[in-house]
Amino acid sequence: MSTSKTAATAGMAARWLAALKTPVGAVSAAMLLSVLTLAVLAPILWSGQAEEINTRAILQGPSPEHPVGTDSLGRDLFFRLLVATGLSVKLALAATGIGVCVGLVLGAVPSLLSRRIGRLVTAFVNIAVAFPGLLLAMFFAVIFGVGQTGAVLAIGFATAPSFARLTQTLIATQSERDFIAAAKLAGVGRVQRLIRHILPNIAEPLVVTATIGAGSSLLAFAGLSFLGLGVQPPAYDWGRLLNEGLNDIYLHPMAALAPGLAVVIAGLAFNLFGEAVAKTLGAPTPFAGKGAAPQRVRPTAVESSADVEPSTSSRESSAVLTVSDLFVSFPGPAGPITPVRGVSFSLAQGEAVGVVGESGSGKTQTALALAQLVEYPGSVTASRLEFLGQDQLSSPSPAKRQLLGTSFAMVFQDPMKSFNPTMRIGTQLAEVAQRHQGMNRRQALARAADRLRAVRVPAAERRLRQYPHEFSGGMRQRAMIGMGIMGNPALIVADEPTTALDVTVQQQVLRLLSTIKEENNVAILLISHDLTLVGQVCERVLVMYAGRIVEDLPATDLAERSLHPYTQALLAAVPDMETDRNQPLAVVPGRPADPSNVPAGCAFASRCPKADDHCTREDPQLVQQEDGHRVACWHPSRGTGQRVSVELKLPAAALQGEAS
Amino acid sequence: MSELRFEQVSVRFGGRRGMTAVDGVDLTVPKGQVVGLVGESGSGKSTLARAAASLTPLSAGQILFNGRPLRPKRGEHRPLQMVFQDPHSSLNPRMSIGDSIAEGIPRAGRGDAASRRAEVERLLGLVGLDPQRASSYPGQMSGGQLQRVALARALAGQPEVIIADEITSALDVSVQGTVLNLVRDLQRELNLSMLFISHNLAVVRYVADAIAVMYLGRIVEQGPAEQILSNPQHPYTKALLAAVPGNGSTGLSPGMSDPAVQAVSDAEPADPHHPPTGCRYHLRCPIGPLVLPGRDVCREADPEPEGHSHAAACHFADGSLMAGKAGLL
Ligand SMILES: Nc1ncnc2c1ncn2[C@@H]1O[C@H](COP(=O)(O)OP(=O)(O)OP(=O)(O)O)[C@@H](O)[C@H]1O
Ligand code: SF4
Ligand code: SF4
Ligand SMILES: [Mg+2]
Repeated sequence: MSTSKTAATAGMAARWLAALKTPVGAVSAAMLLSVLTLAVLAPILWSGQAEEINTRAILQGPSPEHPVGTDSLGRDLFFRLLVATGLSVKLALAATGIGVCVGLVLGAVPSLLSRRIGRLVTAFVNIAVAFPGLLLAMFFAVIFGVGQTGAVLAIGFATAPSFARLTQTLIATQSERDFIAAAKLAGVGRVQRLIRHILPNIAEPLVVTATIGAGSSLLAFAGLSFLGLGVQPPAYDWGRLLNEGLNDIYLHPMAALAPGLAVVIAGLAFNLFGEAVAKTLGAPTPFAGKGAAPQRVRPTAVESSADVEPSTSSRESSAVLTVSDLFVSFPGPAGPITPVRGVSFSLAQGEAVGVVGESGSGKTQTALALAQLVEYPGSVTASRLEFLGQDQLSSPSPAKRQLLGTSFAMVFQDPMKSFNPTMRIGTQLAEVAQRHQGMNRRQALARAADRLRAVRVPAAERRLRQYPHEFSGGMRQRAMIGMGIMGNPALIVADEPTTALDVTVQQQVLRLLSTIKEENNVAILLISHDLTLVGQVCERVLVMYAGRIVEDLPATDLAERSLHPYTQALLAAVPDMETDRNQPLAVVPGRPADPSNVPAGCAFASRCPKADDHCTREDPQLVQQEDGHRVACWHPSRGTGQRVSVELKLPAAALQGEAS
Repeated sequence: MSELRFEQVSVRFGGRRGMTAVDGVDLTVPKGQVVGLVGESGSGKSTLARAAASLTPLSAGQILFNGRPLRPKRGEHRPLQMVFQDPHSSLNPRMSIGDSIAEGIPRAGRGDAASRRAEVERLLGLVGLDPQRASSYPGQMSGGQLQRVALARALAGQPEVIIADEITSALDVSVQGTVLNLVRDLQRELNLSMLFISHNLAVVRYVADAIAVMYLGRIVEQGPAEQILSNPQHPYTKALLAAVPGNGSTGLSPGMSDPAVQAVSDAEPADPHHPPTGCRYHLRCPIGPLVLPGRDVCREADPEPEGHSHAAACHFADGSLMAGKAGLL
């Protein structure tokens, strides 16, 4: 038990440590550490020096003896500054502690009590949040009385509402997750659900926010003390020192500047450290903001490594797209991860080719690489990449960009992500024609309406003025396709275009793609995990496994003439309307190869019933079998997808091996 | 073992301007049987499932468990458990899978730590996982394995009814089979009653004894699986069946003959906030008022399931008097 407990907490530790590796994180962590050390040690070590009254050295400026000068009783300000760290930090932490506790309670109460009381608390918190913090603090200071305790309570209560709201939001998001529903079903009560299931999952962002909050409390406290509402003499914190130093600011500026600087440095230490950790957690912070558009990487040329023939069809002269030796890789913690490892194929005019494979087999990365959309820090290489006869590997030119912009269309699984939610559909479609075809706005809008009609969006003109969220899922996907055919594309790459859609709507979208292909002689690259769907729409199917094409075959051959054991296993695993209900379903044992650690030899060997020594030693190349059929396997044999392994109660052992 | 019966169950969301996600559903999951529930997204399948699990309050009707209303109190043993779609979200990432499963064991029979551990190990074995893995965390397991864990947790509650909501849709076909085999074996072995929700008809066909088809909050057709599949009555069921790849459909060939049929088959799913009048399917129905003249009744009157075979909610389904009348017109 304990070993795996560490496994879970190790993740957390790793994330916090990752923050230390960023420059801001490292610097702020060092600052924070020194501030905290000073807060503990300074009062113990230097209280004597700081309290020592020297009437002969009153209100002196900086000197070698007194680096920051002295105050009206001749006490050394440098030591007072150091010693004040203790009280300043202690009070800030105390106030934050109160804020966190009150905030947690206020934030958690709505989820524990009845709906009505919960709503009341929420409303109260919302009003309190809208109140300016310092005003709230001063209000509380008046209530609790002027002094240290009053100020701590004041700042604590003033920070509580925003913390309560954060807690509430975090709890609400977690509460929607299915494991909370499962716990409810198991009869776990509300309080237990909160303690066991919700709090551990929101602790990290709360701790980060509390750290940032401590910095703000420090500033606020200095403010109150400075105004005379906080620490009272003879006690002193930085705010108090600032207040005293300000009296003679024209004579001894250092006496006021130094405590001010101390407040800023300590406040920043807390704030920056919190921000740095938040960033590595991916939690939103006020400063994170939306970065610039992700940087795309361009494919670079490499020499052909082997004698790979990119094309199988004899129609190469009319090829729309030709790619050889395509590699995509990303830097990983333990060496590079290579999701695409040498993909070669070509697409003829008007040809529909499907790409199938399990999740993680590299389908999407292949598509992104072809569209030159792989994001930094990925790298893309190929020995050949031609689109409509143009070499895409040599340096880019405006003409090439133009060609890619008008003739290459990409359709994604989630059109909501590809449309800008704040712009009308019409504007977004028109933009394409304006940018790539040099149309004016009116022409472009007319074209957009025409294209929407072409993809059978009813009431196209009216729809142009609508926003993406006003479209249903199927409609959005059609609009996305409409955007792709704003120009005259020679190729549409569609990555899981119907996975998010219902069966009947899925049929509509596929029908539309087929129509466009027929009418405009457009080539289609359809990526899907669904073999039957691909077989239905495409003429040729590329089967991918672990970043490679392992079989390239005519769709008509899928059912009975496939050669690769993986293709056959996939086919056998899909239940259809004829599957025998009295037999267990066929399964593909084991789990897909890990792209960061692809085994030597055939990547499928550990799951293949036909694997032998040869397979585990040498990697089979994709070789031509007969016209239009390529396969990468040492022992190809025709099959209809026999059962690979169907024993049910056995897999315990097999699954053990499955674990990583 | 036990029967789960929905009687005129309705679930409303939002206040006055809200919508009715489930609208007067009558459905029975007989003892030891698997009822498959199909329908497009947003039709209310998951809402119905969550209502049965008391995760969503009913606004009308009742859900009977062996003839008695199901009203679990806190801490009381629930005879009904649920397995969810996304295995990564259905297990607490900060809890070992053993602890998650142990939590599902009913309080009454929980016993001491040792017997609890033994029970967890038995359950892991039951779903084909190595008992040693009890101390693993969800982040260390694959989707298929996690779905087995979720199943083990549900079984820990010694349920008599299991609700499985799209439990294989987040999985690759290569692992879908293992989970389906497991579900089917366990259901038979433990004689569980089961409501199995999926949008994949081939999957439903494989596990279900009976099938119910849902459209916009209503059950539009239900009956024994092989009858529904071989002889569908409701036009929506027919459309669903035709959409199954490789099911003899030629739907993909461009240029459908009849433009009216083409238009309705390309129609958008209706807006659940403003369901169409009369038959809710009439805007998309290939034999409805938009295609065949003289079927205005579809627009005006809500079709009743009574008196039609498969309780099909269509004026023109078999066994209907209306069909005869329309023939005369
Ligand atoms: N930005 C990235 N950094 C590191 N690895 C990545 C990145 N993007 C993708 N990968 C890895 O590449 C592999 C293949 O990803 P890809 O999305 O192409 O697969 P896929 O077959 O399309 O999967 P799915 O069906 O789940 O969409 C995955 O294992 C993934 O972890
Ligand atoms: S090369 Fe060997 S291990 Fe790989 S698929 Fe072919 S037979 Fe199986
Ligand atoms: S009632 Fe009319 S519109 Fe509704 S399904 Fe039947 S025929 Fe179609
Ligand atoms: Mg993908």
